[in-house]
Amino acid sequence: MNWLPQSASTFAPGVDLILWLVTIISVLSCVLIGFLLVYFCVKYKRKSDNDQTPAITHDSFLETLWTVIPTILCIVIFLYGYIYYDEYTTTPKNAVEINVTAKQWIWSFDYSNGKKTLNELYVPVNQPIRLVMQSDDVLHSFFVPAFRVKQDVMGNRYTYINFTATKEGVYDLYCTEYCGTAHSDMLGKVHVLSKAKFASWEDGSADKALKASAANIPPAELGKQLYSSKGCVACHSIDGADGVGPTWKGLFGKKRLFVDGSSAAADENYIKESILYPGEKMVEGYAPVMPSYKGLLDDSEITAIIEYIKTLK
Amino acid sequence: MGFFDVTSKIIKSIAYPSEMVPSIDDHADDGEHHFDPVTEHESAKLGMWLFLATELLLFGGLFAAYAIYRAKYPEMFMDGSKSLDVVLGTVNTVILIFSSLTVAVAVKAIQENRIKLVKLMLWITIICAAIFAVNKYFEYTYKFSKGIFPGTDIFYSIYFASTGVHMLHVFIGMIVLGILLRKVYKGKYSKENFTAIEIGGLYWHLVDLIWIYLFPLLYLVG
Amino acid sequence: MSEVNEKNYLENGEGFASWFFTVDHKRIGVMYLWAIAVFFIIAAIASFLVRFEHLTPGQTIVSADTYNVLFTLHGSMMVFLFIVPGVAASFGNFLIPLMIGAKDVIFPKLNLYSFWIYLAGAAIFMIALAGPADTGWTFYTPYSIETGANVILITLGIFVLGFSSILTGINFIVTMHKLRAPGMTWDRLPLFCWAAYATSLLQVLATPVVGITLLLLIGERYFGLGFFDPARGGDPVMFQHFFWFYSHPAVYIMILPAMGIISEIMPVFSRKPIFGYKAIAYASLAIALISFLVWGHHMFVSGQSKLVNIIFSVITYAVAVPTAIKVFNWLWTMHKGSIELSTAMLYSLAFIFLFTIGGLTGLFLGALAADVHLHDTYFVVAHMHYVMIGGTVFGFFAALHFWYPKMWGRMFDEFKAKIAFVLIFIGFNVVFFPQFIMGTLGMPRRYFNYAPEFQSLHQISTYGTWIIGAGFILMLWVLMRPLPGKAPGNPYRSVSLEWSMDSPPGTFNFDEIPTITEPVYNYGTKVEEES
Repeated sequence: MNWLPQSASTFAPGVDLILWLVTIISVLSCVLIGFLLVYFCVKYKRKSDNDQTPAITHDSFLETLWTVIPTILCIVIFLYGYIYYDEYTTTPKNAVEINVTAKQWIWSFDYSNGKKTLNELYVPVNQPIRLVMQSDDVLHSFFVPAFRVKQDVMGNRYTYINFTATKEGVYDLYCTEYCGTAHSDMLGKVHVLSKAKFASWEDGSADKALKASAANIPPAELGKQLYSSKGCVACHSIDGADGVGPTWKGLFGKKRLFVDGSSAAADENYIKESILYPGEKMVEGYAPVMPSYKGLLDDSEITAIIEYIKTLK
Repeated sequence: MGFFDVTSKIIKSIAYPSEMVPSIDDHADDGEHHFDPVTEHESAKLGMWLFLATELLLFGGLFAAYAIYRAKYPEMFMDGSKSLDVVLGTVNTVILIFSSLTVAVAVKAIQENRIKLVKLMLWITIICAAIFAVNKYFEYTYKFSKGIFPGTDIFYSIYFASTGVHMLHVFIGMIVLGILLRKVYKGKYSKENFTAIEIGGLYWHLVDLIWIYLFPLLYLVG
Repeated sequence: MSEVNEKNYLENGEGFASWFFTVDHKRIGVMYLWAIAVFFIIAAIASFLVRFEHLTPGQTIVSADTYNVLFTLHGSMMVFLFIVPGVAASFGNFLIPLMIGAKDVIFPKLNLYSFWIYLAGAAIFMIALAGPADTGWTFYTPYSIETGANVILITLGIFVLGFSSILTGINFIVTMHKLRAPGMTWDRLPLFCWAAYATSLLQVLATPVVGITLLLLIGERYFGLGFFDPARGGDPVMFQHFFWFYSHPAVYIMILPAMGIISEIMPVFSRKPIFGYKAIAYASLAIALISFLVWGHHMFVSGQSKLVNIIFSVITYAVAVPTAIKVFNWLWTMHKGSIELSTAMLYSLAFIFLFTIGGLTGLFLGALAADVHLHDTYFVVAHMHYVMIGGTVFGFFAALHFWYPKMWGRMFDEFKAKIAFVLIFIGFNVVFFPQFIMGTLGMPRRYFNYAPEFQSLHQISTYGTWIIGAGFILMLWVLMRPLPGKAPGNPYRSVSLEWSMDSPPGTFNFDEIPTITEPVYNYGTKVEEES
């Protein structure tokens, strides 16, 4: 059985080497100690109450031995840990910076060319990347197991992660610092693209191609994809369970009561307004925590989401 | 045994620990759980010193916070410090140092069996503590009237948190000294039995000592 | 023999008041034992619910918010109500005076007050459950400042519990300094006492810091002090520094008494002196002292500077060495011995093995580069439970069985107890070993929901809780039903002082304070030095 996630960054092999090294040391130690425990129990099992035992109280040689050997092993493990950590924390000169903002419970990424994505980080393969991260609210932590990188994100200072992805693919991104209700849904994906694909993503042609292919699937289907990929899933359930935000089940057409006392039916225009300007009409019983999706979803995508909500009866 | 009985017994046993009834009182004198006076005296002192160490560590956390934020916001600390009332702070410092002296005299006096002097000195100490508290009250209300509260900025948070926790210790000290004084009037202490006064005095010295650090750190850096 | 000492401590006085107002260290120890047992059971039920929730990804039985409350409840109760006061206050109270040859602890009334303060803290903690906190037991800011849950009451409860811990620590330290029987020199002091001494030092020196931290957290919520809140110019990392400055030493408050228990049990059932008495005693102190300097290893990815991380990593490995020394010393105590596999001995052997795994997996986490990957994953959860359950709880169970005759004056059914042991041992490993694998694969902790690929491992882990749960129930059943007949004063032919009296001991322990003439653990026949 596989016990390590796939390895897709320059840092990963170093971490894996340490994991293997310590695993081997641990297994050998456990086998040695376990064997001696059982062996002594069998060999020196009490035969009678009058068994003669030697009153050995210490043995300088043995005690030195099991002081010195663990010390040496500890020094070795420390050094490995230090060397790769040093490499990881040193930013390469040609690193490309991406700004990361964490917020309950969404990751957003700002690229130097003005692009912005939610929960989906796009990086070119074999290009050193430096993430400059901060939080809008509580602590979060950026963790990509395939890259073996992790760093807490906080509100009062920037924190950084360096990595260089080595394999194209899509990798899981987790929040690993407990941040409340939807902590375990504060997920994302890291897309590692070839240089060519990344370039086309950057200039927007990939977007168009994607849109073109999106045009071929029914809007409700597209809405379902957007539901998970754009982070709606973190706060809105589709099974009727109450979350941070109202459930989408049976939402369409339902009468909404607002904090200012007014009310309205949840029609297409209301839902669109709520996506673009979530703070305008706050439904009673919910906190104003939803970010605006203006500029992150285009009209056809919003329509797709509305169509999807309509299917949730 | 009803709820009320238990409650009243708890209160009694805290108020009059020396009269507390161990479970064995039906069978024998409770002297069996006591140790010889020399051991008890030494142990009480050692225990008190350990307790004082924990108090220092408690304030150590506040001092650490002070050091970190002063390094981070030096100007805020300058300005904040200037706004504190140095005169009132100095008066309070003098009062506390004086009360430390009187409590030391009380400890010395009980060892010489001069009960009257002990009473006088403990009275003076408690009155000093009360004056300190009144001064502090005026200081706080003046700040409030100017719209300064805990949380106004980090400096004032430190100021209110550390002087507040210290104030709490002054009150506890007053209660301790008050109980001691009451027992002096009852004739409980003598030159053979003065441990309680000695460790009560130690506690009061600590209250004084902490203030001696707080005063320059908060009032005089500006 | 004095009149009072004719009655053993259990018979001396009946009814609620005779217990609740006692100053007898043995009764106080027993009351602590009952109290921590109750909280252990409640906290364990919370953990069973947490594990049950993980049978399927997403919601199985409870909502995300309830899940967050459950793991907070489990963690904070286990830490602050069970394991920190746990072994030290219960067995420490019961045993220390018996082991050093004293009739009680030095401040018997203070001891009772400590217990009351413990109950008061626990009561506040219980009231806080009306709006239970959802912060995790670590109360990290700014989440703990912003959440709507009842953080103030629960931290106030822990603050009060801290006083109990400090006062007990002071009591034990002074007791061991002032009340050792004539001839009970420091190098004849039983190793459980050494461990309790080191534990007490930690309690006295570390607890005030968490006290002020929690007080400031309360001030943060009441007044908006701003020390730990980035929105007000404060620093959440400082909260973590303050918190772990206590909570790392607290880890050793939890484990050291259990180590002391193992050091007591190994010689008795091997009929040999403990191997390397001095090394174990000094290792206890060394661990206690170094443990004050390693708190930063909980914060390698918190945003500490690189240099600070490197320093903490070095010191962390320094604490590994004395721990390794202890393990080998226990092991070698068995060498050439006459070993009896009683239930208590089985728990001790399991302790050595599981604690070794717990310690070795600590090596992964101390290595900077590896910790970046493993931090806040299930690997940490598994590591911590191997130390806390495999270590402390197994040690605690060993003590429950070992001193059972002394404490209750009865014997228990060894055979059934061994079956319970087997269930607990197997169940424990089934629960937590898969979590190491989940952790290296990248499964984050405190996750209500998880990716489907982790489901099979989660399910195995949950099945394990059913096995270990059955073991707990069986163990409790066995211990609640002692065998008929009175236990002998010294059923194990131990040479330690606490076994030299009747079981259970008389109210004042010794009819006359004994004079110690022999070294501790004086088993076996002297061998001529090899020349």
